Amino acid sequence: MSITIENLSKNFGNFAALSDVNLEVPSGELVALLGPSGSGKTSLLRIIAGLEHPDRGTVLFNGQEATRRQVKQRKVGFVFQHYALFRHMTVFDNIAFGLTVKAKAERPGKAEIRDKVARLLKLIQLEQLAGRYPGQLSGGQRQRVALARALAVEPEVLLLDEPFGALDAKVRLELRRWLRRLHDEIHVTSVFVTHDQEEALEVADRIVVMNKGRIEQEGTPSEVYDHPATPFVFDFLGSVNLFRGRVHAGTAQMGGLRVHSPEHATADDAPAIGYVRAHDITIERVPGEGGAVSAEVSHLLSVGPLVRVELRIAGGDTWEANLPREEADRLQLAVGEKVFARPRKMRVFVEDYQI
Amino acid sequence: MASHGGKNNVLPGFTPSLGCTVLYLSIIVLIPLSSLFFKTATLTWDEFVAAVTAPRVVASYRVTFGSSLAAALVNAFFGVLVAWVLVRYRFPGKRLVDALVDLPFALPTAVAGITLASIYSPNGWLGRYLEPHGIKVAFTPLGIVVAMVFIGLPFVVRTVQPVLEELDRELEEAASCLGASRWQTFYRIIFPSMLPAILTGFALAFARAAGEYGSVIFIAGNMPKVSEITPLLIITKLEQYDYAGATAIASLMLVVSFLLLLSINLLQKWSRRFAE
Repeated sequence: MSITIENLSKNFGNFAALSDVNLEVPSGELVALLGPSGSGKTSLLRIIAGLEHPDRGTVLFNGQEATRRQVKQRKVGFVFQHYALFRHMTVFDNIAFGLTVKAKAERPGKAEIRDKVARLLKLIQLEQLAGRYPGQLSGGQRQRVALARALAVEPEVLLLDEPFGALDAKVRLELRRWLRRLHDEIHVTSVFVTHDQEEALEVADRIVVMNKGRIEQEGTPSEVYDHPATPFVFDFLGSVNLFRGRVHAGTAQMGGLRVHSPEHATADDAPAIGYVRAHDITIERVPGEGGAVSAEVSHLLSVGPLVRVELRIAGGDTWEANLPREEADRLQLAVGEKVFARPRKMRVFVEDYQI
Repeated sequence: MASHGGKNNVLPGFTPSLGCTVLYLSIIVLIPLSSLFFKTATLTWDEFVAAVTAPRVVASYRVTFGSSLAAALVNAFFGVLVAWVLVRYRFPGKRLVDALVDLPFALPTAVAGITLASIYSPNGWLGRYLEPHGIKVAFTPLGIVVAMVFIGLPFVVRTVQPVLEELDRELEEAASCLGASRWQTFYRIIFPSMLPAILTGFALAFARAAGEYGSVIFIAGNMPKVSEITPLLIITKLEQYDYAGATAIASLMLVVSFLLLLSINLLQKWSRRFAE
């Protein structure tokens, strides 16, 4: 089922949670709503579910008006950050709940419910734990039960609100890969909310980046990551270095750097901001082909496979560069050494772009 | 057992704290109650049986425990309603209503009894409207239930209220996403979560009602075999200097109350089996 959001607005008192949001979620896709807290992503998800009502705008399911539809008529599966499992029911009863509350005419028989729950338990790999209570499960297991419970009623849309937010790092990683595989199997239209860009990039078919109640950019993970449409998106996806300067006729002058910037060919000495991702900075012992600036290593930190290097540039700026471990080993950097740093890729935004 | 929590326990010393508990409970509860049984033991077995099975006494058990049960049931139902309203709705004067709930705790029971008796008497504020419909409250067994409901009101409200406050709204949202109606959400999700607290409140209200003396005697009419409660019989026996007879009835009442409370506790434990 496809979801269409048209001109949706929602205020909580004076706070605009969503302002004039338009969005299309194609049938069968897994879409991430990505943004910082307070960006309106959870409100949007809850409005799609019918748990919240918009002040203005419409929600369409398969092109059909659904804004005023009751929650229970929407056929959405909702997975909460804190699982919201019924703690007085066993895992089995939790998963079967949606089937047992159906009206008599549509309610499947006992045996059918048992088969279905057994299938779902197999899907979430918890066949052994059907008789346990939620309080006896780990966080990751609980979230899988919550997912099975949502899937039991065969929803046409699956909505997940920070589904991995309450889990520890390793379980989170496992579970999101599992969710991706699951989606490849069952292909139910899914929307999940996250503030973790890595999670969104890894799991989603499409990413919707939100900020302050608006959609900043929408696209495939690589579109969003490689071609950020706004400074906010650039900033939000990965650690970046920021440069201030001016752009004139397709060339940006940022401190000691000259950057070719053809998209601003018509700019006339406009103030501009340049963004460079931390892993797009090359560090060399010798000044190479133009564009390198001399810098001093002020801090070194190994983070798993990466080495984070803090550079102090002549003039007082600080850059952050992420090098692969081998690269750092080859350079044999030490704090206080003089090196040359060169941004490989810079994205320039004309300043008045930012409000 | 002593290592329950062991060195990592917040309060140091399992031995002194358990010792204090046992000593305290002995002084406050165990010693006074055991003296009751010692006094009873001055009777022979036959005298004891005769004292506790006299027709008038047996009728009083029925009145006391029957009315207590009825009052506790009424309180369980309306207590949940009051707690629900206090937790789930906002309305002007909510704080006042909240404070009102505790009043039956603070009021001297005799005052409560006299007040209830006067408003439910045939020419009282409420009694005069009930009388024409053939409903007599004051000086009947029904009056006993009314007094017991009054004094037991806070128990269910105060035990259920915090549980309802803690209840996660997401549970209800999850249930409605799964297609449950409001009624299904209530009886399949909310009610089972409240049940342990309701049972606790019920047990407390019941125990309080069974032991109630002050407020009941003013409204009961105290007719032997009809509206005479066991505590009153005990007082009567004491006034006749029949101490052993009084303690015999008291001991039996104590044992029955204890067994009832124990079974409610077991029921409560069962209703919380998921929390283990």
